[in-house]
Amino acid sequence: MKRFADLLETLILTPSRNGKLRLMIDFFRSVPDPERGYALAALTRELDIPSVKPALLRQLVTTRIDEELFRLSYDYVGDLGETVALIWPDAADHPARSIPHGRNDMPSLTEVVTQLQAASRREGPALIEGWLDRLDPSGRYALTKLVTGGFRIGLSARLAKQALAGFGNVPVHEIEELWHGLDIPYESLFAWLEGFAEKPVSAALAPFRPVMLSHPLEEGDFAKLNPEDFVAEWKWDGIRVQASLDRGIKRLYSRTGDDISPAFPDLVDALAFEGTIDGELLIARPAGVGAEQSVTIGTFSDLQQRLNRKKLLPRHLEDHPAFLRVYDLLFHAGEDLRDLPFEARRSRLEMHAGDFDPTRFDLSPLIPFDSWEDLAALRAEPPLPIIEGVMIKRRQAPYLAGRPRGEWFKWKRDPFLIDAVLMYAQRGHGKRSGFYSDYTFGVWREEAGHRELVPVGKAYFGFTDEELKAIDKFVRNNTVERFGPVRSVRADATKGLVLEVAFEGLNRSTRHKSGLAMRFPRISRLRWDKPPAEADTLEALEVLLASDNGAD
Amino acid sequence: MSKRFEQLLVPRPEGLYCPPGDFFIDPVRPVDRALITHGHADHARAGHHHVLATTQTLDIMAIRYGAEHAGQTQAAALGEDITIGDVALRFHPAGHVLGSAQIAVTWKGMKIVASGDYKPRPDPTCAPFEPVACDVFITEATFGLPVFRHPDAAAEVQRLLASVRRNPDRAHLIGAYSLGKAQRVIRLLRDGGYQAPIFIHGALKKLCDYYQQQGIDLGDLQPATVARGGKGDFAGAVVLGPPSAFGEPWVRRFPEPLISFASGWMQIRQRARQRGVELPLVISDHADWDELTATINTVAPEEVWVTHGREEALVRWCALNGRRARPLHMVGYEDENE
Ligand SMILES: [Zn+2]
Repeated sequence: MKRFADLLETLILTPSRNGKLRLMIDFFRSVPDPERGYALAALTRELDIPSVKPALLRQLVTTRIDEELFRLSYDYVGDLGETVALIWPDAADHPARSIPHGRNDMPSLTEVVTQLQAASRREGPALIEGWLDRLDPSGRYALTKLVTGGFRIGLSARLAKQALAGFGNVPVHEIEELWHGLDIPYESLFAWLEGFAEKPVSAALAPFRPVMLSHPLEEGDFAKLNPEDFVAEWKWDGIRVQASLDRGIKRLYSRTGDDISPAFPDLVDALAFEGTIDGELLIARPAGVGAEQSVTIGTFSDLQQRLNRKKLLPRHLEDHPAFLRVYDLLFHAGEDLRDLPFEARRSRLEMHAGDFDPTRFDLSPLIPFDSWEDLAALRAEPPLPIIEGVMIKRRQAPYLAGRPRGEWFKWKRDPFLIDAVLMYAQRGHGKRSGFYSDYTFGVWREEAGHRELVPVGKAYFGFTDEELKAIDKFVRNNTVERFGPVRSVRADATKGLVLEVAFEGLNRSTRHKSGLAMRFPRISRLRWDKPPAEADTLEALEVLLASDNGAD
Repeated sequence: MSKRFEQLLVPRPEGLYCPPGDFFIDPVRPVDRALITHGHADHARAGHHHVLATTQTLDIMAIRYGAEHAGQTQAAALGEDITIGDVALRFHPAGHVLGSAQIAVTWKGMKIVASGDYKPRPDPTCAPFEPVACDVFITEATFGLPVFRHPDAAAEVQRLLASVRRNPDRAHLIGAYSLGKAQRVIRLLRDGGYQAPIFIHGALKKLCDYYQQQGIDLGDLQPATVARGGKGDFAGAVVLGPPSAFGEPWVRRFPEPLISFASGWMQIRQRARQRGVELPLVISDHADWDELTATINTVAPEEVWVTHGREEALVRWCALNGRRARPLHMVGYEDENE
C-alpha cells in the first residue's frame, strides 16, 4: 500500500502528462506482481470492490475522535477522505491497540483488495477500521479513496495504458487490443511487457480492435493526392465507436477501447451482425417503413444529453435513441478483413447491409466527386448540421491501427469564430511557469439595458510564444483581483483584451453561467485593435447554437 | 472566565494590553510602548514609540523596516528580569524563529505567559522552546485542528533531496517565508548532506546574511536574481524564494521549474494542488495539534487564552480535557505564508 499511496500522492500533484507517465512507468518497474497489477486496476477503474458509503467513514472516525473536532476539521479541509486520513489517530499513540510503531505490518494493496472482495457486507467496516490503524496518513488517504471510489487525480485509463506501452516499449494499440481479455492483476501482461513471456493471447470474445485514425488535410496535400485514388464520406459529429458481435457476446467500444456497452443498451441489443464494425454513434430516429424509410438525425447536443445521464431510464432511451452509422468492416463471421483494401471491405459491407436492423444501423454514404474542387464545394454546403466536414480515404488502404500517414484524411469545415473578451487568466506550469497562460473569456449579455460580460469558455493554446508574452504582460498590467493562481483582469466596454476564439461547435450546458459550452475552443487571433464593447454578444452565440443544431 | 486576570492583560483592537504596565504585546498598530515576541510582520510592526524585544528581534526589525522603525528600542535578554512599573517581565525562548520569545508578565501574584508563535520541536536555527509554568497561558492556534500533525522536518528535506536526484534537469524552486523558514530549510538541507551552492531570491538575502552573522552556518548561498547565461544554468539547482515570487516573471529563468513550498499548510493536498505546488514540504515553524495540546498539558495553566488561528477547535479540546479556555478573537495575526 505504501508504494501505491506514494504513487497516488505524486500523481495528484504532478501537472504534466509526461511526468505522470514517468511516475507510472517507474512504479511498474519497481513494484512486483501482483501489487502493481492491483494498482493498475485501481488507476484504470477496473477494480470491482464493494464500496463504502461516506457515512460509514464518518461513523468510524467519530468513534475515535470528538464529533465536533471532526466537524471543524472537515469544514476546514473540505474533503472527507482526506480529513479522515489526516485526523485518524496514529496507532502508536494508543498502546492499548498493540500495534507496533514501526508500521512494518502495513497492509499491501493486494491484501486490501482481496480481503475486501472476499468480505461480507458486515465484515467490511471492521476491515477498514483495522487498516486505518495500520496505515500512515498517505496510506489512509489511498484507502479512503479506494473504498469510496473517489479517485480524482486527473488521470485517464488511456494514460495508464500509455504508461504500460512505454514500460514495455510496445505500441499502445497492442495494449488496447488485449485489454478486455486480461484478468486483474494482469500478471501475463506484465510478464510479456518485461520480455519474460509471449504476448498473451486474448481469449475474450468480441475484443477491441485498435482503430485507424486520420490526419488533418493540409493545404499542400492536394497537389500530391490524385482524387481518383480516394473516396469521400461525410465526417459525422458523433462519437467514433466500434461494435462487435462474437458468438453471442456483444460489445460497444470507444475509440480508445473503453467498453461503453452499458451506456447504450438499445444499440447493443439490436446488434445482430456477426463481426466487428467501425462507425459513428449518433442520436437518430427512423421514420416510415420499407422504401419510405428515412432517418432523422439528432444534434451533438442530443448526444451530449444522452451521454450525461448517470442513470439510464427507459424515457432517455425513448427520447434519444442511439444509432450507428457504419463506415467500415474489420471482421466478418470470424474472418479478419483488416488487410484488405478499403474498397474491398466497403463492398463486403454493402453486400451485407441488409443484415443490419435498419432502425438502428445504416451505412455512411460515399459522396461522389471528380475533383478536389468538387469536394470543396460539397464540404462548404453540407446537407445536415451534424456534418463537420468530409473524410477522404485511400481506396487501397488496409485497416491499420494508429494514425498511418497518407491513408485517411479529415477535412473539417472551417471553425466558428467569435470575438470574446479576456476575463480571467491562470498561471501555467512546466514550460509555462511564470506565465499567465490559461484564459477564461466572455461575451456580452444584455438585460434590461444593462450589459455585462459572462464567461463562455476557456482556452490555453492557439497562440505563439510571442503572443503568450504579450497576453501575460497585459494580464499583469491590468489585474483587478487575485485568487490564488488566478487573476481577474480589467474587462469593460473601453478597456480589455479582445480574443478571437475559434471553436468547433456549441452545446447547451447547465454548468456554465452562460448556459453554453464550446467544443475545442482555442485562441485564433489577438484583437488588440478592437474595443471590448465591440466583442460578440451572448445573443449572437444563441443564434449560432440554433443554426449549429439545425431544427433544435 | 476569571475577570481577575484581565486586570493584567486584556485584548484590545491594537493588541494585548497591560493596564498596570501601560504597554501592548505585539500590537498591530502603532502604540507608545510595545513588547514584541518576534520579527514576523504580523507581530512586529514599525512605528511604535518604544519597543522592547530581544536583540535579535530588534535587529530583524531594523533589517526589515530600517533603523528608524521605532522611537526608542530596548533589548531584553532571555531569562533577564525586567520591570515596567510594578509589572515584572521575563523573555523566554519560543523556538519559532531566530530571536523569538514568549513574554512572561507577573503582577500581584498573577503570571501570564504570552507565547506569541512557538514550536516545541528542535530547530537548528533558534533557541529551543521552554515551557513556563503560569496562571494563564496565551497560545496561538495556527494549526489548531487535529488534522495538522507535522512530520519530521528532516524527513521532509530528504524527500526534497530525493526529488532533486530524480530530476537532474529541473530547477527545484522552494517557496519559503523569508524570516525563519528559509534559513531553517537551508540549514536542514545542509544537515541532510546537501553541500552544493543554494540559490536564493534577493528578498531572502539580508536575513540569510544576518543568520550567518549570528553563527548559523547556511553554507554557500548564491543569488538567483541575476540573469545568468542560459536556462540550463539552473538545471538540478535548489532555489529558495518567497512564495509570492513564483507567480512573477522571475521564475522564467529556470528550466522546467519544479515548484515546492515549505509550509505547515502543505499538509492539505488540495491546498498544495490549488497553489500549483508539485512537491509540498510539510515544514512548519508553528506547533502542530499534538504539540499545542501537549504544551498546554505541560504548562498546566489555570486558564488558556487562544489568540489566533483555529481557536474554536483548541478551545473545544480544552473543554473536553477539563481546562478553562477562551478565544480572544484577535485579528491581524493570520500567517498564510508561515
Ligand atoms: Zn510568526
